Amino acid sequence: MGLTITEKILRDHCQNKKAVAGDFIMPKVDKCLANDITAPIAIEVFENVIEGSGVGVFDPSKIILIPDHFTPNKDVASAIQCKILRDFSSKYNIINYFEVGRGGIEHCLVPEQGLVKPGEVFIGADSHTCTYGALGAFSIGVGSTDLGVAMALGKCWLKIPESIKFVYSGRLNKWVSGKDLILYTIGKIGVDGATYKAMEFAGDAIKVLPMADRFTMCNMAIEAGGKCGIIEPDEITKSYLDSFKNLNDGFYCSDKDAEYSDIIDFECANIEPQIALPHSPDNVKSISEVHNMKIELDQVVIGSCTNGRLVDLKNVAEILNNHKINKKLRCIIIPGTQNIYLKAMKSGYIESFINAGAIVSTPTCGPCLGGHMGVLAEGEKALSTTNRNFQGRMGHITSEIYLSSPIVAAASAIKGYITSPEYL
Amino acid sequence: MIGKVIKYNLKNINTDLIIPARYLINSDEQFLAAHCMEDLDRDFVEKVKKENFQILVTDSNFGCGSSREQAPSAIKASGIACIIAPSFARIFFRNAINIGLPIIEFPEIERIRTGDILNIQFEEGIIKNTSNDEEFQIKKQSDFLQQIISAGGLINFARKQIK
Ligand code: SF4
Repeated sequence: MGLTITEKILRDHCQNKKAVAGDFIMPKVDKCLANDITAPIAIEVFENVIEGSGVGVFDPSKIILIPDHFTPNKDVASAIQCKILRDFSSKYNIINYFEVGRGGIEHCLVPEQGLVKPGEVFIGADSHTCTYGALGAFSIGVGSTDLGVAMALGKCWLKIPESIKFVYSGRLNKWVSGKDLILYTIGKIGVDGATYKAMEFAGDAIKVLPMADRFTMCNMAIEAGGKCGIIEPDEITKSYLDSFKNLNDGFYCSDKDAEYSDIIDFECANIEPQIALPHSPDNVKSISEVHNMKIELDQVVIGSCTNGRLVDLKNVAEILNNHKINKKLRCIIIPGTQNIYLKAMKSGYIESFINAGAIVSTPTCGPCLGGHMGVLAEGEKALSTTNRNFQGRMGHITSEIYLSSPIVAAASAIKGYITSPEYL
Repeated sequence: MIGKVIKYNLKNINTDLIIPARYLINSDEQFLAAHCMEDLDRDFVEKVKKENFQILVTDSNFGCGSSREQAPSAIKASGIACIIAPSFARIFFRNAINIGLPIIEFPEIERIRTGDILNIQFEEGIIKNTSNDEEFQIKKQSDFLQQIISAGGLINFARKQIK
């Protein structure tokens, strides 16, 4: 029996050269990531583990710390949390600490900075660390204790997951993106449809899917309960990595006779733009149906680790072109990183956002988790390009979040209710 | 352990319901515990204290959503000493093991009600419901996880490896 890409990567990172899905292993980790919410606890765990041993972090170049959730510091308490990261980084020479103004949202920033490579085992104390599976890395979210221990040992316990293969065939319809494919998938299998499993995305539609869309798809694997999302690296991966030194190898692929717990086929011709309705990412409907519901909005949020990349902003700028944001709502646009922000500025996107009447924020998670920069009041409705629409996540417990692609979000910001560019 | 059950018949109780992100600006366990489950049940913390509930029982996919370890920590600090559900979201599962909060995957939660007194024998893999004398078999954790659990959590397990 052959092996999946996931089994191969993990086998090459542990001592058990016969390990297969279901086995518990303690693989070496190539990178460890944490943010301003998870790092303070991880750092406390780390200091506790090494106390009295005389050892330091396993490798300062493999630790990445990104304050992005409540930054720029939202209040005194969050300032204290961020200071813990800053102090730890200077104490242990962590070069990959990204200060406010030189960073951005972690899962946009890490690939942009060339900090993840195909074939790596990457762990992050953030559930959306699964994003980097788009580059063919085994990349998973873990907890703070896992991360604190990994910073000391350079290892992390895990069970090799079984894989589900999702095969997307045919061409994408107009206005359909990676976000719609993943929302459609979660709608079909449910929020626990892939619990404990690796979600391997394949098929001829994936073979031509741009990197940004691949990041979006893998980013939301956790929303189906998946341990990770993963895509075999190919020519598109290769050209994305070309601008970095030393990243363009470590390409693994699944054997033809690899064992999957399930293989699920989707025909792209059947997939329209998708919307997840409150309060769950699997409560998904097609845009034609939601358009008829005329769901009026108070806020539109475009950004996040799911959809805050340059091409997302480009798509939004093209749709907003010569239109105004609807008077009844506010539209908040958040570039994922400082680099994306700058490129969007040079390309004129930021100017068109401001001309249309949107606000542009500095890179931050902000409203995605109801932190700041756009928290919702009682009963308000928001359409967001983020990844979770749990009850109360963006603010008041009676507020509602709908999820969509940036294209749909931009068209809806113009119309004032949820719609697609087709109806503009 | 012997303890009294508080039960919520809900699937997919997510980490935003267990501990809303607005409280993550502070990692103090007692602070977090004071807000545990408040968006699901305002009176959770008070009930647990007053009635001395120690076992939380819910429906499947408990703890889905974020990786925040503050979720199991808040539950543990609120006084709950064990969680029983048909299934757990995977990061929640590992966080609970890592911080030494026992969790049990058990499908037939309809056989347990709020107020029941359970006698859980982890070593033998048995739960006795002393309220009606029912007895259930439970799956034991794998030997690998058992090592972490017996060490009292991942920190102690790791400390041994470093020395
Ligand atoms: S943008 Fe949202 S989902 Fe992404 S890392 Fe930040 S809080 Fe998490």
